[in-house]
Amino acid sequence: MSFKIYKVNEEFRDIVPQEVIDLEERATWGNPKRGVMDLPVSKELLEEHSLCAGCPESAAIRYILASLPNPEDTIIVNSTGCTSLVFPHISLHTVHSLFGNQNSVASGIKRVLEWRFPDKVKDVVVLAGDGATVDIGLDYTLQSFFRQEKITTICFDNEVYANTGGQESGLTPKGHVFKMAPKGKQFEKVPMWQLAIDSGCHYVARLTVSSPKKVERVIKEAIYVAREVGPTYIHLYTPCILEIGLNSDDGLDEMRARDKERFAFFEYKTPEAEEVIAKYKAEGLL
Amino acid sequence: MAKLGPAHYSPYPVAVYEQVLTPPPGKALMFTEIVDEEQAMREAAKAMLTRENATIFPGPQVLYAWNEEAKEKAKLIKEMAEVLDAKIIPMYDYRPKYPKIDPEVEINPNHPNLTIWHNKIKACIFIGVHCHYANVALKIIRSETDCFTIAMCSQAGHEDAMITLRDQHVEEIEKFIEIAKEVKKELGKA
Ligand SMILES: Cc1ncc(C[n+]2csc(CCOP(=O)(O)OP(=O)(O)O)c2C)c(N)n1
Ligand code: SF4
Ligand SMILES: [Mg+2]
Repeated sequence: MSFKIYKVNEEFRDIVPQEVIDLEERATWGNPKRGVMDLPVSKELLEEHSLCAGCPESAAIRYILASLPNPEDTIIVNSTGCTSLVFPHISLHTVHSLFGNQNSVASGIKRVLEWRFPDKVKDVVVLAGDGATVDIGLDYTLQSFFRQEKITTICFDNEVYANTGGQESGLTPKGHVFKMAPKGKQFEKVPMWQLAIDSGCHYVARLTVSSPKKVERVIKEAIYVAREVGPTYIHLYTPCILEIGLNSDDGLDEMRARDKERFAFFEYKTPEAEEVIAKYKAEGLL
Repeated sequence: MAKLGPAHYSPYPVAVYEQVLTPPPGKALMFTEIVDEEQAMREAAKAMLTRENATIFPGPQVLYAWNEEAKEKAKLIKEMAEVLDAKIIPMYDYRPKYPKIDPEVEINPNHPNLTIWHNKIKACIFIGVHCHYANVALKIIRSETDCFTIAMCSQAGHEDAMITLRDQHVEEIEKFIEIAKEVKKELGKA
């Protein structure tokens, strides 16, 4: 868990593939000013992925990885679902938890890291789907907020259980029909961003991933606030183009359409969060 | 005695099913027997020097310069490869790779047999591979190939390797290199 684990020994530089050398030399380590603008010119922390072609989750994960202020000291905790298909390909420490348990696992990791490395900044970020965050794992998600765990939770809301073939979730909008929800959803979409506020999150944002720069700002603010104050929550719309019947190149248009309605940008900050954000802005880090 | 493949198809009994366990401190494991470290080192060197396409598979703990010991071990592994006339193929990454690995230049713990088959490797040394991945990879190699596996482990060893050397640090690796030089001479290969 330090930049040193990416440094290839001199003796082996001639036998490791270029991608490994690139990870050491061309990835943006040790630079909290890194961001999505580095994507075209630097080595990405995601080598490849096995999501459907054009899945907006893949764009979201790339923007998030490019925006982490402290990647060499960040642990990502994830859960089962389509998001978990990318985790084996990420060049960072990730922990795959049992479906739904992600915020409990992250709480433990964060506490141990604080105890084990009291002088170091270690960020713990949860990344899970809507089924994991808001249905099966809702208890653990909210309990971690109640306990004021210093972790950032990011929900990839595709409004469906995509990985298991299209069951409705609490985040499916009312009336939506899926392959395995033929009658249509009978109740309203759970306003998870509001639950996060009511449960004690200090920074909450809801957005689509149509704008990489916006995603970067939100991720950085949420992580800085979690570091210093308490739990933060980001709700991202990453439509499942497969389950809603769109083509590979339709994801962006779908998100732009939702930018104007149920995923209109929304942000909430407590006064403590405002203070932290102002401090990091003054330091030129936001 | 554990069979030295080709070992039918999986499920092939892993070593513990045959009551083979890791050696106690100070000792080594050779097939099913607990032996002196020096004896195991001699046999390991012999296997590497006499079998086809002997290869060393260094893992992340020695590939990356994350501490002083790793840097020293890297130098020694280079020397070891020279003494044993062995190739080095790194296990630099445990992540499964899509669409597939390039068996000429890498070995992946999730399907190490691909690299062994492709390069017709008949003897290999695992060094610097984290325990759980060494365990997985050695089990697969044991069941799916006829490769003679040697685990140079910095901790308790791996019962699924044909020869297990445990607690291998800089001093032990130096000792192994010296023994390998002697064996090479005895075999008339020096
Ligand atoms: C404990 C447990 N329960 C159920 C499952 C089955 N399962 C796997 S993925 C999944 C749905 C994931 O949905 P979501 O969290 O929305 O992620 P998505 O696939 O939509 O990205 C379920 C229910 C599981 N793997 N483990
Ligand atoms: S099923 Fe949906 S969410 Fe999953 S990878 Fe495919 S498009 Fe993305
Ligand atoms: Mg989902």
